[in-house]
Amino acid sequence: MLAGYVWLIFMTRITWLGMPVILTMMVFAFGWHIAVGAKTVPLADVFTALTSYDRTNFDHVVVVDLRLPRAVYAVLVGASLSVAGALMQGITRNPLAEPGILGLLTGASFVVVLAVGFFRVVDPVWIPLLAAIGATATAALVWGIAAAAPGGSTPLTLVLAGAAITAFLGAFIALANLLDQESFEAMRVWLTGTLAGRSTDVLLWSLPWMIGGLALAFGLARQVTALAMGDDTAVGLGVNVAKIKALAMLAVIALTAASVAIAGPMGFVGLVIPHVARLIVGADYRLIVPFSAALGAVYLLLVDIAARMVLAPVEISTGLVTALLGAPFFVWLVRARL
Amino acid sequence: MEHSVVDIEARVTHNQTRHIPRLKVTELTVGYGTKAIVSDVTIEALPGEVTVLVGPNGCGKSTLLKAMARVLQPMTGQATLDDAPVHTTPTRKLACKLALLPQGPVAPEGLTVHELVSQGRFPHQTLTQQWSAEDSRAVDAALEAADVAQFAERRVDSLSGGQRQRCWIAMVLAQETDVILLDEPTTFLDLKVQVDVMTLLRKIAHEQGRTLVVVLHELNIAAMFADQIIMMRGGALIARGAPERVITRENLRLVFDLDAHVIADPITGRPVCLPVMSGSSS
Repeated sequence: MLAGYVWLIFMTRITWLGMPVILTMMVFAFGWHIAVGAKTVPLADVFTALTSYDRTNFDHVVVVDLRLPRAVYAVLVGASLSVAGALMQGITRNPLAEPGILGLLTGASFVVVLAVGFFRVVDPVWIPLLAAIGATATAALVWGIAAAAPGGSTPLTLVLAGAAITAFLGAFIALANLLDQESFEAMRVWLTGTLAGRSTDVLLWSLPWMIGGLALAFGLARQVTALAMGDDTAVGLGVNVAKIKALAMLAVIALTAASVAIAGPMGFVGLVIPHVARLIVGADYRLIVPFSAALGAVYLLLVDIAARMVLAPVEISTGLVTALLGAPFFVWLVRARL
Repeated sequence: MEHSVVDIEARVTHNQTRHIPRLKVTELTVGYGTKAIVSDVTIEALPGEVTVLVGPNGCGKSTLLKAMARVLQPMTGQATLDDAPVHTTPTRKLACKLALLPQGPVAPEGLTVHELVSQGRFPHQTLTQQWSAEDSRAVDAALEAADVAQFAERRVDSLSGGQRQRCWIAMVLAQETDVILLDEPTTFLDLKVQVDVMTLLRKIAHEQGRTLVVVLHELNIAAMFADQIIMMRGGALIARGAPERVITRENLRLVFDLDAHVIADPITGRPVCLPVMSGSSS
């Protein structure tokens, strides 16, 4: 696998130019992200705080203890949701597929809200697992509803089934919120999608899910390219269609669950970024997957910077900003691609 | 280039075993769910020949092809390639011997012709061995053979229907299999382009000794290019053999409910069917 990627990196001109540019952007966005906040820390101090930490320096403490985790969340969640979206678009040949639009984010959040709010589950070990159960059940439900529709599961029926399930589960979440405002108060911001205030315990328990999901996505990329040409073509090329789709969905669910555990339902990231990646690298998932990961990380860092700067000192939920940017893109995509 | 000469010679030697069928379908029943679409069909396809499946809409010709390509599982009976059942052979191993071009394939947006044709090398690659000189040679030869080398760097979605179909054919050629199955490769193409595509396919079968099985909609195109025609109706095999034996007035009436004259092409001698206008006397 490594040899294949090394070959691709050497042979593809676009990678020569594109990947270093995006990684450089990521480094700058990362530094900028940490510098921005209630008290602006100069980029030079951000750098020294990361390279030679001094616990007596207040700026250093702010940077490393408060802001660094948030920047890391942005990178991981951005990369995970984008790769999940890319895989879903590939295996379903549906340009609108994405964990948010197909209801997986809401399903994952719903189960987490139930468990935390009603059953007082507080141990962060369980959060990604609960989110994964919610995402899996929702995926099964959405696909089931779409497949039962006249004409079977088309891009449109999948999106409609996802919207219906999102509204349905959203109503339950709102109801739970009204019944027991105190328990749900803490989750209100999380439910809009935020990178703020999560304990690093949740990150530690989510990290294995993300690493597993990303590794699986990289390993499947070649088969996903063949699947994107249609199931029958893929069979003819020797792809075990059922197995590869199941593994890809496993990766999608792991990545979605970990992202929800950290940041709540962060919509549209998985929709926008894979399309941008395709504009740059074309239709080969061996390139789309790594580019989606890198671009998704940069995107969420920038979105989170905007979320904190636009109405400063008031901070907007990051998920609201991804929705504000993503929804018009969705409308454009429906007009352009369906 | 030397490689391809050797390759053609190897196939010519192979042609000496032309009379031995490679792909066989034996008492095959297949369908969707529990509903059988094709019942108890036995056919075989010879190397170096174009075998064409014809029949009215819904007769099961595409379903039969899909079963031969292991897209559909048979209910009873089997399809074998060199006497090995296609449905139990590991799918990637089979893809090195048998290629499929499904009906109306759609390339992902932004895919270039070269990338599309390169996908044909998929079964020959693994995670660790992703691209070899052999792959490059096969892709270049396929681009050349299907006459699409001049579009190699263009996007598939920017080409005309006929050009696009030739690119897909190049993809299955790059797979370098001895058996190629094609489901309606000429549908929605202009007559001239249909003839071009079929000429290319016949050349591949005759010159390289490959076994081609093609589902066609257009009877006269089938009669012009087929070495063997398999005629189906209602999921059953009605007739099989050389075009002049299968394309007959009786068979057309029986299979297509079509009243037609069958005449011989003055140059090739192949049958041509001329439908009789209803109401006119014949």
